[in-house]
Amino acid sequence: MTAPRGLPFAILRHVLLGIGAVFMLAPFVWMLSLSLKPADEIFTTDLRLLPQRWDAVRNYSEAFRKVPLHRYLLNGAIVTATIFSLQVLVALPAAYALAKLRFGLAKPLFALVLFGLLIPGHVPAIPHYIMLSSAGLLDSYAALVFPSMISVFGIFWIRQFFKTVPDDLIHAARLDGLSEFAIVWRIMLPTAAPALVAFGIVSVVFHWNDYFWPLLVVTSPDMAMPALGTVYLRNTEAGTDYGPLMAGTVIITAPLVIAFLVAQRRFIEGMTLTGIKG
Amino acid sequence: MSTLALPAEAAASTARRPARRVRQEALAAYALAAPAAIMLLGILLLPTAATVLLSFTDWQFGAATLNWIGLGNYEKLAADRVFWRSLANTLLYVAVVVPASVFLGLGVAMLIEAGGSGRTFYRAAYFLPVTATLIAMATVWEIMLHPSVGLINLAFDAVGLGKHNWLKDPALALPALAVIGIWQALGLNMVLFLAGLKSIPRDLYEAAAIDGAENWWDRFTTVTWPMLGPATLFVLVITAIRSFQVFDTVAVLTEGGPNKATDVLLYTMYQEGFGFFRAGYGASITVVFLVFVLILTLVKARVMEKRVHYA
Repeated sequence: MTAPRGLPFAILRHVLLGIGAVFMLAPFVWMLSLSLKPADEIFTTDLRLLPQRWDAVRNYSEAFRKVPLHRYLLNGAIVTATIFSLQVLVALPAAYALAKLRFGLAKPLFALVLFGLLIPGHVPAIPHYIMLSSAGLLDSYAALVFPSMISVFGIFWIRQFFKTVPDDLIHAARLDGLSEFAIVWRIMLPTAAPALVAFGIVSVVFHWNDYFWPLLVVTSPDMAMPALGTVYLRNTEAGTDYGPLMAGTVIITAPLVIAFLVAQRRFIEGMTLTGIKG
Repeated sequence: MSTLALPAEAAASTARRPARRVRQEALAAYALAAPAAIMLLGILLLPTAATVLLSFTDWQFGAATLNWIGLGNYEKLAADRVFWRSLANTLLYVAVVVPASVFLGLGVAMLIEAGGSGRTFYRAAYFLPVTATLIAMATVWEIMLHPSVGLINLAFDAVGLGKHNWLKDPALALPALAVIGIWQALGLNMVLFLAGLKSIPRDLYEAAAIDGAENWWDRFTTVTWPMLGPATLFVLVITAIRSFQVFDTVAVLTEGGPNKATDVLLYTMYQEGFGFFRAGYGASITVVFLVFVLILTLVKARVMEKRVHYA
């Protein structure tokens, strides 16, 4: 804020923030530490960060042997990418129409979008399950993707962004003879890049970490998403072989944690949007 | 139909655009918005309506028939002690996680802003749990809470507070889950407050200093807190909405136990609907859940309107 304060305050600030940071980071550090240790060093009351006998290779290979971790990562990548692509494919033209075109049903449609923002994803879960079950689609990529094909939050967010784009850009494109369809994909898509990056982070983080929906529709061990896969790994042992379990959680959390550390600013900007989403 | 067409006509006449152009634009707009409109109805709104309708029936998954039983499920809920326990637990969880994570978030944000060094590191450290897969981190917490070799018990033992079986003790299980909830929610609140703090004009602090605000507490009460007020309300409500949806940690770490001590609304809904296949009954719990979230969301909408006036 203002007024430079003395050295005592600077020390106090670091002490308080440091204690908090230890609490925030302890689970990450402990997870890494246990993933390197043999069982006898895990089941001990001595506190040691680094193992005396390194067992990382066994723990990590054991984690992959017990459950198909690589499948979970692949499923996570395929499903989050498919969901995000479909959400953009559906939301971008609608957001453009709502922000820039005049049509009679614009207001009612936007009201429905706002209404949709109020509904948590858990609410339509039972009908979704019935629909997928009667279509014989449970336990498939289609089932994992289906409820998230449309993101009202995406429509809302991109529409708000398009509202800030000057109309001249669109008029110029029309004078050049571009159709409205071409304007959406050749002019508005590149213009929306910053909004799409932020939305993409929200979407991918949410669906990579989602447990509720995959828990309902996935039954075969190969179809799990990352979060559900972690639980499968946890259930393979009676909860005693912590080394491989921690190695598995390291693998599952690594992609998003690394992405966050590489692009902190973008992640923080993106995730603050979830405030709008609720 | 004529009322719907009015705004378009009015707009067209002001812009002096030919009628053909107006019609083309509207046609293009319908074509562009149609997929979203159809999916909005088919995937979100109609299934939500179906949940509400199901809650008035006795339907079970796989059953050939269903009967309209009116408020039957809700009468059953009102008499169901498990449901009341689960609602009370959810509210207690929200009542602990929301104030703790909001005020710790505010404190951390103010401490980070108060000095120059270490900002990036602290911001990253406190934000890290927001993106990390909660289910995976919950299994780490489970090991840290292990009754004999868990890091937390070792720390408690070292300072003479003894060891506890956190997740199996009815008095401690919900507080333990709340601590995980606070750990996960704090970082997002912190960055929302950091943004709020940055938007406070510096001259206000200078003006406060001239008016005799000498220490940090004076500055906090005369400038920071009044300026952050609307942002704080906003953060409180969105944290409440998010913590109301607590499910992952309960499903993996305690399964609602011990003895229903950590049963929460979404978990009860999951068990009734998908564990016991009572779809109608599960739907009625979902409706209760939706009503609470809607109330919170309406509060948020009011707060956001207020915020616009302040900004």
